Amino acid sequence: MDLSLPVIHIQSIYPQMILVLFAIIVVILPLFVHNLKRELLALISVVGLVLAYFSLINLWGQNLTGFNGMIVGDNFSIAFSIIFLVGAFLAVLLSLNTVENEYLNYSDFYSMLLFALVGLLMMVSSTNLLVIFIGLEILSISLYVLAGIRKMRVDSIEASLKYFLLGAFATGFLLYGIALLYGASGSIDLVEIGKYIQANGFSGTFILAGAAMLLIGLSFKAAFVPFHMWTPDVYQGAPTPVTAFMSAGVKGAALAVLLRFVWTIAPLSKADWTIAIWIIAFLTMTVGNVVAIAQSNVKRMLAYSSIAHAGYLLVGVLAGSQLGQASIMYYLLVYTMMNLGAFGVISYLGNSNKQENLNLRDYRGLGFKHPFAGLAMAIFMFSLAGVPPTGGFVGKFYLFNSAIQAGYLWLVIFGVMNSVISAYYYLRVVVNLYMHEPEKEVAVPKASLGLSFALLIAMVAVLQMGIMSSSYFEFFRQAVIAMP
Amino acid sequence: MVTIFFFIFAVTALVSAVLMITYKNPVYSALFLILTFFSLAGMYFLLEAQFIAIVQIIVYAGAIMVLFLFVMMLLNLRQETRLPIGRPFQVALGSIFALILLIQLFFIVKVGLTVSKFGAFPPEKINKIGSVQVIGGELFTNYLFPFEAASILLLVGIIGAIILGRKKLPNEM
Repeated sequence: MDLSLPVIHIQSIYPQMILVLFAIIVVILPLFVHNLKRELLALISVVGLVLAYFSLINLWGQNLTGFNGMIVGDNFSIAFSIIFLVGAFLAVLLSLNTVENEYLNYSDFYSMLLFALVGLLMMVSSTNLLVIFIGLEILSISLYVLAGIRKMRVDSIEASLKYFLLGAFATGFLLYGIALLYGASGSIDLVEIGKYIQANGFSGTFILAGAAMLLIGLSFKAAFVPFHMWTPDVYQGAPTPVTAFMSAGVKGAALAVLLRFVWTIAPLSKADWTIAIWIIAFLTMTVGNVVAIAQSNVKRMLAYSSIAHAGYLLVGVLAGSQLGQASIMYYLLVYTMMNLGAFGVISYLGNSNKQENLNLRDYRGLGFKHPFAGLAMAIFMFSLAGVPPTGGFVGKFYLFNSAIQAGYLWLVIFGVMNSVISAYYYLRVVVNLYMHEPEKEVAVPKASLGLSFALLIAMVAVLQMGIMSSSYFEFFRQAVIAMP
Repeated sequence: MVTIFFFIFAVTALVSAVLMITYKNPVYSALFLILTFFSLAGMYFLLEAQFIAIVQIIVYAGAIMVLFLFVMMLLNLRQETRLPIGRPFQVALGSIFALILLIQLFFIVKVGLTVSKFGAFPPEKINKIGSVQVIGGELFTNYLFPFEAASILLLVGIIGAIILGRKKLPNEM
């Protein structure tokens, strides 16, 4: 039996390799060096992120495929990877404010964060469902641990266990879907499956059931309604930087996989598969926004808001065009910035392990006492609501524009109505910050340099992406998947 | 010859499966479950699917059963054995699932053998594609990346389990 190794192109997985290396360094370094400061660990992680960023930029435009087609280094995957790197970078900075005495082991924390990032990168940089599945599992296991990393807190453990049980169930769906698609088409590569579907039509029990299960599995991970039940509890119980990273990263990866799948079967007559996504998008937007109104806990409110934003992003998937893809990437970057920023302010105003100041009432009058945090929160809330001149407005504009060009007028009308609903609860935070007298003395610790820096970056980025949107959009237009 | 072995394995599998659900002591049940798994593995061997047979033994009879037994040892067994089986809800749910499985069985018998996209898979053909050697060859050439990625997955699992299972933080010790 003679074996011949396929062409590997090892540089196509340099980003993943660098991140794995740094994740291992971060976790074993404390064994050799005692009393490591968390700032040093954060710095090491950031060095890893920066190196991974440069190795990604290096791959831009080369369209490398590595490991016999297992790794696809197209611009699409690189653009998504960069968005995730930005998210992880901000999450590392965010983690620096949580008060030291929080029973948080920082070396574990950063290492799991980097591993989660490896999973995200793997998911977006492959069309092979096997690799996507392994990437998803690396991501999920890291997130289960990250959600429960504050072991002294009951709600954190609850979040972790809930996420684990439901996540394992969803993984089962995904795997079953992959198996059925493989059984019908004879391939686990999305491109090959797409070719089979184009040749034989989007029909047949196995193809339909497989695609449905794939959609269910991904919907769970991205928290689309009706697979969103775990979201508020997990987002509330997990440490704030983790919540921030999760809300943007996991959604992005699930959407990227969905986009790849949808794109390979896009030239088909649309009615076949779009109706399911139409309904999920509509439900996700509506339920997320309506339930968010009733929340008084800011973290829970942002959890429902993140569900709603997943709905907006799905509108771009439905468009099924290259314009839609670029809009999704653009919106995902804006969303990463504004959402991590908003969670950063929560982290900033939270006091310690015992008192996190998460109730809306705690925010009363804080806008004047803490001008920087107040201003940042106001900008992020305006952006989340989609008020010009922020990036959130432009992002929604691009998304809805792509959907209208694809002929989904009614969904866009519902989307805009949802946007109006959401303005109520986003602006309520701003009203509480500036237009109410403080009810009680809220102790706010001195903010760390890292967190302030993160807020500044996010604030500038949100405004810049709103005012000078076209340069970003042009960048993402180069990152769309080529016609199959 | 193959037929004789088939009947031996089949009877063992069926008998031990019945014994598994009739014994009240969960440890005996678990042990009979292992026996069922081993008989199934024997059937896979008869079908020339060596790899699946070995994986069946390693994963099910090995890892999962150890997990089962561990959980039983950790729980309080004496109370467990006295638990009456057969609450109405359990019986109803169990009957429904049994009925569904029975219908599936009839369905399979009625439809008969189905042929996949790649044609039929007689044992001779499976021997060519299902042997450990062929699968190993594929793993180290075409599927090299998923194979290596799976090791990262295991590493994350190990580190994660230690993080969550460790009682105290290093700086508290």
